[in-house]
Amino acid sequence: MSAVVPGDLTATPQTGAMSARLAYRRSRILREKLIEFALFLAALVSVFTTIGIVYVLVKESVVFFSQVSLWDFLTDTQWTPLFDDAHFGIMVLLSGTLTSSLVALAIAIPLGTIIAIYLSEFAPFSVREVAKPFLELLGGVPTIVYGYFALLFVTPILQWFYPALPGFNLLSAGIVMGIMIIPYVASISEDAMRAVPMSLREGSYAMGATRFQTAVKVVVPAAFSGIASAYILGISRAVGETMILAVAAGLQPNLTFNPLEPAATITAYIVQVALGDLPHGSIGYQTIFAAGLTLMLFTLACNIAGHMLRKSFREAY
Amino acid sequence: MAYAKDLTAIRGLIASHKRWDMIFGLCGLLALMLGVLAFTALFVDMAIDGFGRLSWDFFTSFPSRRPGQAGILSAWIGSCLVMIVTAFFAVPLGVAAGLYLEEYAPKNWLTDVIEINITNLAGVPSIVYGLLALGLFVYQFGFGQSILSAGLTLALLILPVVIVATRESIRAIPQGIREGAYALGGTQWQVCKDHIIPYSSAGILTGVIIGMARAIGETAPVITIGALTFIAFLPPAPVQAEPPFVSFDWVMSPFTVMPIQMFNWTSRPEAAFHQNAAAAGFVLVLMTLAMNGLAIWLRYRLRKKIKW
Amino acid sequence: MAAAVSVASALDARQDEQAQSAPKAEAKSLSFYYGEFRALKNLDLVVHEQCVTALIGPSGCGKSTFLRCFNRMHDLYPGNRYEGEIRLYPDNTNLLAPGVDPIEVRMRLSMVFQKPNPFPKSIFENVAYGLRVRGERSRRSLEDRVEEALRGAALWDEVKDRLEDLAFNLSGGQQQRLCIARALATDPEIMLFDEPTSALDPIATANIEELITDLKTKLTILIVTHNMQQAARVSDYTAYMYLGELIEFGRTDELFIKPKNKQTEDYITGRFG
Repeated sequence: MSAVVPGDLTATPQTGAMSARLAYRRSRILREKLIEFALFLAALVSVFTTIGIVYVLVKESVVFFSQVSLWDFLTDTQWTPLFDDAHFGIMVLLSGTLTSSLVALAIAIPLGTIIAIYLSEFAPFSVREVAKPFLELLGGVPTIVYGYFALLFVTPILQWFYPALPGFNLLSAGIVMGIMIIPYVASISEDAMRAVPMSLREGSYAMGATRFQTAVKVVVPAAFSGIASAYILGISRAVGETMILAVAAGLQPNLTFNPLEPAATITAYIVQVALGDLPHGSIGYQTIFAAGLTLMLFTLACNIAGHMLRKSFREAY
Repeated sequence: MAYAKDLTAIRGLIASHKRWDMIFGLCGLLALMLGVLAFTALFVDMAIDGFGRLSWDFFTSFPSRRPGQAGILSAWIGSCLVMIVTAFFAVPLGVAAGLYLEEYAPKNWLTDVIEINITNLAGVPSIVYGLLALGLFVYQFGFGQSILSAGLTLALLILPVVIVATRESIRAIPQGIREGAYALGGTQWQVCKDHIIPYSSAGILTGVIIGMARAIGETAPVITIGALTFIAFLPPAPVQAEPPFVSFDWVMSPFTVMPIQMFNWTSRPEAAFHQNAAAAGFVLVLMTLAMNGLAIWLRYRLRKKIKW
Repeated sequence: MAAAVSVASALDARQDEQAQSAPKAEAKSLSFYYGEFRALKNLDLVVHEQCVTALIGPSGCGKSTFLRCFNRMHDLYPGNRYEGEIRLYPDNTNLLAPGVDPIEVRMRLSMVFQKPNPFPKSIFENVAYGLRVRGERSRRSLEDRVEEALRGAALWDEVKDRLEDLAFNLSGGQQQRLCIARALATDPEIMLFDEPTSALDPIATANIEELITDLKTKLTILIVTHNMQQAARVSDYTAYMYLGELIEFGRTDELFIKPKNKQTEDYITGRFG
């Protein structure tokens, strides 16, 4: 081995080691970049999913709307897509969705809010520690089980009070849906209320207010946008629910706002069609995408509103 | 100052305010009790109706036109196989996406778009995922009405859950640990592989469990793909005695899952089938309760144990 | 003759002083426990009527803890315990007695906090809040008392045209004066100030100090401050606390010029703190 002169980068052993190090470094940088790219692609999957949803819904709806006018779709009062004299009035399905959602929200919003206020402002620590996981469990029950419960437990009980109630009806489906949504409303509202700083509460207590007064006059207004976003997400959940309605409200499209009647919702209709055997490319097949598009637009609007409200709330604190 | 007079008036006022306090406290407790009551009623109803039906035969028989002989074999095996595919896609994609967003993503518009999408997808109704699967996976990509389509769909459905859980667990890791690892000369991937992911794994696991619990109970998207409701056969077994020893035919096979079987039986008018449905439902509820309970317990342990 | 006159005038001055220094409240052997930790040790202190009493001392000496005993704020959190008494005159009620309702105590005393904490309501509604809690319903009466309170807090001129505006839109100093107005509106017997200017700029601080000096002609004030100079400027009586104990209490001019206790002297002259 010849003597190595310090700083002389052209000496052979030095070059060998140096270029090996450089090559290793270059391959490592390349590997890092590849890994980052792979992770990036994984993150992009969510974007692809949205694009996929939009693509699928719009593609079939476009075909659908080439055969059915938008005006008819929005204003026809019958929904009979599979008959010879086919009608495509989405109002029929919308009425079922709206009625059942209203019943559900009439239960979920008051009860959810009361539970949230109670857990946030009144309940001792031990109660809250038990109640919150319990609410999570309640929200984790599969919706088909809720559907069974609505059809075979709640409906008979309701029929005991009101014997003329049909076996399939929007009321018991709506009630059970409301129970299912309570955990969502309660949990998000409670988080919003707990984020209100203690100094605001102290200011109220220092003025001689009670817990109830402080909760209602100071904490709830302060947490308002968070609570509103909880409501909106509850609405979105109610509108998008499928199985409870498919099982307990029947699959018969019926333009009604009376919860004591059976009716099909947008979601239940899609299930009904999927259960049958509709050839790919038929108008019947396309109706489920048109119905799905309507549903998607509505829940999208709700989700955006809820998201913006939650963001504005976070900025305030 | 006439204290006595003022004080009595004040005391009366406070008493009436405190009455409201007490009334609301009662209301709150009542509302909670209503939730407990509803849940108990549901659980007990399932148990009473269905428990008697549970037996070894029930778990090992195929569905049948005769309710007494019907069982959930094809359903629970189908559920297991679908869960395998779901986890296979959801876990790597979700963890990778979460890792990217927390450790790598620059603060630009593209990252915002990705985050908005994830938040949005969390709120999309599950049946829309079914439509996506029907149009895209079943027909466009040609995967057909198979376990693969179902697994992919459910994976996409629970992806936001896994991503959010991953992000929150990663965020909980103190910056000091990262800096220490970098200071020792680690590359970004080495730090992630050796530190970030291991330390956040418990939190990620919690999210995965919750996501899987949700996926097991999902009916609507799987129906929409066209999972059949009367399956009297099993998908081809993954493991065979002859070479090649592992087969993937089962991935493309028709199938059914537990919630769909329950739906099918609930929709029949005969009360005997309702009993079957209750039994299947009881099993389902137990499974989801166990999984959610496990996740909650894990989270509780995490909160208590780790004090950085 | 001259001696008699001087004695007489000294006695007169003494009488004036005593008339001025009638006690409004008194802490007797007050101790306070956060769980197991004894934060206040046997405090005896007299709060004189229509005077400003300042509590000074280094961080952690318990002055805020002591202040919050007066309006039972500690009752809001579990695990706290009082020992001893705080007597409110002239009815000689022990504010800390278990039979005394904390809400009633808070109806008689008001508090202004360190960081301004206006409610997410309009300026008018913020000031009216305490009045509404006390059952005041008449719009006319509310408007009058709100105006009176805002004038008392030297804020009226700045906000009289925008009473319906959200309180959040005010500046920090204005928000604090709003909180003072809110506390003032309910005619409290004692006003408690917990480091009211530590979050404010010097000009806002000066405004509030001037306000406090004006307010003492109408009511009794107990103020916690970490700023010695503020205590010297604003208060009539000062109490120096250290590690939960009351080291010295006396007239402000006496305490600052000629402190009796070496510890007090060390703190005041800046040898530590």
